[in-house]
Amino acid sequence: MRGMRKIMILLMVLLSPALLRAEETDIGKVIFDHVLDSYEWHITDWKGKPVAIHLPVILIDGGIKTFNSEHILETGEYAGYHIAPEGAPHEGKIVRADGSKPFDISITKNVLQLFINALLLLVIVLLTARWYRRHDALKEHPTGIAALMEPLIMMVHEMARENIGEEDYRRYSPFLLTVFLFILFSNFIGIIPFFPGGANLTGNIACTLVLALFTFFTVNLTGTKHYYKEIFSPDVPGLLKPIMAVIEFFSALVKPISLTIRLFANMLAGHIQILCMVCIIFILSKYGPLMTGGATVISVFFGIFLDVLEVLISFIQAYIFTMLSSIYIGMARQKAE
Amino acid sequence: MNLITPDSGLLFWMVLIFGIVFFILAKWGFPAITGMVDKRNAHIDESLRLAEEARVRMSKLAQEQEELIAKTRQEQARILKDAAQARSEILAQAKEDAKAQTADMVEKAREQIENERETALRDIRRQVALLSVDVAEKVLREKLSNDQAQQALIDRFVNESRSNS
Repeated sequence: MRGMRKIMILLMVLLSPALLRAEETDIGKVIFDHVLDSYEWHITDWKGKPVAIHLPVILIDGGIKTFNSEHILETGEYAGYHIAPEGAPHEGKIVRADGSKPFDISITKNVLQLFINALLLLVIVLLTARWYRRHDALKEHPTGIAALMEPLIMMVHEMARENIGEEDYRRYSPFLLTVFLFILFSNFIGIIPFFPGGANLTGNIACTLVLALFTFFTVNLTGTKHYYKEIFSPDVPGLLKPIMAVIEFFSALVKPISLTIRLFANMLAGHIQILCMVCIIFILSKYGPLMTGGATVISVFFGIFLDVLEVLISFIQAYIFTMLSSIYIGMARQKAE
Repeated sequence: MNLITPDSGLLFWMVLIFGIVFFILAKWGFPAITGMVDKRNAHIDESLRLAEEARVRMSKLAQEQEELIAKTRQEQARILKDAAQARSEILAQAKEDAKAQTADMVEKAREQIENERETALRDIRRQVALLSVDVAEKVLREKLSNDQAQQALIDRFVNESRSNS
């Protein structure tokens, strides 16, 4: 215990001069700049200058207009567009001169992250599939990437079997697998603090909303007659029927919303937690070098703890999203007894 | 940029990319993997079932073998016992036969001996008789110098031999 304390004090003293130059920072802005989308991918600052990837802006505004985001970010205005200032309706987005928003499909930080994740997912799964095509799985145990991916894939496959039923789980298992691995990869890559990871993709409501809508349409477009009967004409006494129908209908609508919010909020909160831990250093830096050193030690310890926790949460959230999706699908595949 | 308003650009890209990824993986990715693993699982189940069957059959075979061995042992023991019995019976029979034969032979020998003795005795008797006749003749030749004495003696002999015979 005494040795531990000595090491901590030594660390505090050693780390304090390094951060002496830390200035007053708007912590809220730092954190939200990190978790929100942006038109550039800021990697680091090198010799006082930001090193960033400037991503292309694509606007559909009476034809497709593309330009490098560098122009608009430097001057705040380009080709009749500008970035909406704080407090404006589309704060931080590229808007027309009158403040209205064109259909903006720019390759933002999150979109680029989405490309990277999708590519990684494709490569890994297709390589795994190639292993199974090239080897006789009846005579060899999986090696390399197949050994890594098989447990994950079979876990979801078995989950689909349990929740959807022996009859048609094979139709849904590819969807559930894609959802699971996509969320898992995105969550993990989101934890990596530097390029090509770190964008808060699964902590973005648009991303989780799309995933939840995929589930919603899968559930409701392939539901059985029995499932729809349960919603619109549930098996309850006459007077309760309309009330129950309304409740059932809204419960069907709320399911994708709950999926969206759960994943989004969990991942966003995880990112904010870790960023807060790092920012403790900057908040306490104005109270002198020793305080900075102490804060560094504490924030590193807590940061490690939160990062490990985040790995766990990444898996759990991917698992929960997939499991709930499979349960919803299973409910929609029920047959009348 | 707002935290809880879904951004239309990301929505668009997400639908597009996720749709494409899903399509590709559902066509060339996951079915190949899960199909193969399912096949392997079925193969493992089948192999385990066969192994179990083989094990049961083996144990049955072993049991049968054991039974067979036990039966053979029993048979062997029975045969040995029978053989021993037969041997002792034969021995006893042989002994009895030998005894009977010996007795027979002894009997015969005795009879022969008896006969021989009889014959010998008869011979001897005859010899003795002849001798005694000779002796008597010689004695008589001395004694019977007269006819009277001769007649008396003949009479007595005749009487004697009559009473003897």
